[in-house]
Amino acid sequence: MRFPMQQAANPIIEISGLRKVFHTKQGDFTALDGIDLSIGAGDIFGIIGLSGAGKSTLVRCINYLESPTEGTIRFDGRVLGTLKPAELREARRSMGMIFQQFNLLMQRTALGNICLPLEIAGVPRKKAVERAQELLELVGLPDRADAYPAQLSGGQKQRVAIARALATNPKVLLCDEATSALDPTTTRSILALLKEINQKLGITIVVITHEMSVIEEICRHVAIIDQSRIAEVGEVEEIFVNPQSDIARRLIFPGGMPVERLGSERCVRIVFDGNSSFEPVVANLVLECGTAVNILFADTKDIDGRAFGQMLIQLPDDEIAQKRVFNYLSRVGISYKEESIHA
Amino acid sequence: MLEPEIWGLIGRSILETFYMVLVSTFASYVIGLPLGVLLAITDKDGITPCAPLYTVLGFIINVLRSVPFLILMMTIQPLTRAIVGTVLGSTATIVPLVVGASPFIARMVESSLKEVDHGVIEAATSIGCSPFQIVWKVLLPEARPSLTVGAAISITTILGYSAMAGFVGGGGLGAVATNYGYYRYQSDVMLVIVIILVIIVQIFQEVGMRVSRRFDKRIR
Repeated sequence: MRFPMQQAANPIIEISGLRKVFHTKQGDFTALDGIDLSIGAGDIFGIIGLSGAGKSTLVRCINYLESPTEGTIRFDGRVLGTLKPAELREARRSMGMIFQQFNLLMQRTALGNICLPLEIAGVPRKKAVERAQELLELVGLPDRADAYPAQLSGGQKQRVAIARALATNPKVLLCDEATSALDPTTTRSILALLKEINQKLGITIVVITHEMSVIEEICRHVAIIDQSRIAEVGEVEEIFVNPQSDIARRLIFPGGMPVERLGSERCVRIVFDGNSSFEPVVANLVLECGTAVNILFADTKDIDGRAFGQMLIQLPDDEIAQKRVFNYLSRVGISYKEESIHA
Repeated sequence: MLEPEIWGLIGRSILETFYMVLVSTFASYVIGLPLGVLLAITDKDGITPCAPLYTVLGFIINVLRSVPFLILMMTIQPLTRAIVGTVLGSTATIVPLVVGASPFIARMVESSLKEVDHGVIEAATSIGCSPFQIVWKVLLPEARPSLTVGAAISITTILGYSAMAGFVGGGGLGAVATNYGYYRYQSDVMLVIVIILVIIVQIFQEVGMRVSRRFDKRIR
């Protein structure tokens, strides 16, 4: 395990010893336990886990929509647990949040929705409308100001929600499964928008998701949550190339590893680290080793402008041929790992 | 055919009925709306849960609601006399109407506000809304279509109560129905009043539904 995480250089959110217990009729349920996290200013930080892992509770603790049972949340130098209700509301204006179901006011127009946080902050009506128009342009909906949410598509609704979250110039944007209700194309466009916002405005973005592809697409750092605890945390590339925890491996192979069906045959996982992904590695391997291999799984991605990939290859039964494959991979400097296969 | 003076009487009693119903509805909302908001926000899933307040308030409302209107009207006669000076006539009927309708309206408002999506409330909290701002800027506006339908139902219920009140000294259409239709066996008068009541209920209900739909932005 990669524990504890190195302190972020300039942390804007510091979580320490966080524990959240829900008291239900069926007894106490611990949603989060012993969470320590440090999120650097300007970062895009992903929090990933399977459903029920506690990730949504974690993001709700960051802006105190849920009060932690134990532990502290320090945001921009202030410990949120010590703030009075009015001070907490003030602090929340520095933390925008967007949701899976968008959560727009259905009886207000797009413009009206974006004006709401400004009204709350006491911005005069005229200034608020100007600011809302600016934000609509930023999110690419300059001509939908008077549309009601019911007249907008899912992606457009999320854009309005992003504009609303940004209205009060927050330092952090919390995204709770913000793309989970959207189709793949819309998801990509929303993620591109978030990336743009991060670069243009320097806003720290915290992304909660259950999809590894979302993390790969925009995050620099990631924390993997499993069963209420942090299983692994670090740079996305590092975790992608060399996942340590079972849960990380399961998330990187989203369809589930197809190895169960293969009995006791040997497999090897090849990792492309950004230098070799465009070389015809498998073709060369086959030619040099004079043996056929079976590609069980292959996936290459663009992470932060560099190419990364994974491939799961089924080896021949012949042990000598297997050795040749390993020798070849070592010789060309490709990292690989033998996968343990459970019958 | 009814004599002209009966028609005159019916005409005046329609106006009296409108007076009773509209004033009572307004006064009942002045009391019932804040109570409904209080119920909605102090319940355990509300924005400011407060079990003791919710339980006590809920109990009082249930007690008032479980007393049939005619009995309530007779029971609170001392209160009516203290406020209006008499227990007879339209103005005197407003007091029991308000006492009877406010708890009903409080429950209607409570249920309308509880229909508002919890996610929207969460979003409002996340942008720094205070509980008061959530009520004023989120709960009430978002529940507006449902509140409007509730108002149409409330107003027709109050109309029904007001007609009943005619039996024990109230004014309006109920009094004419009681005095002429019932005690004097003038079934033609009774029939006319029933028809008028049906028409009034239809109008209120239809207008309420239309207003609700017209201003509901959830419909494309």
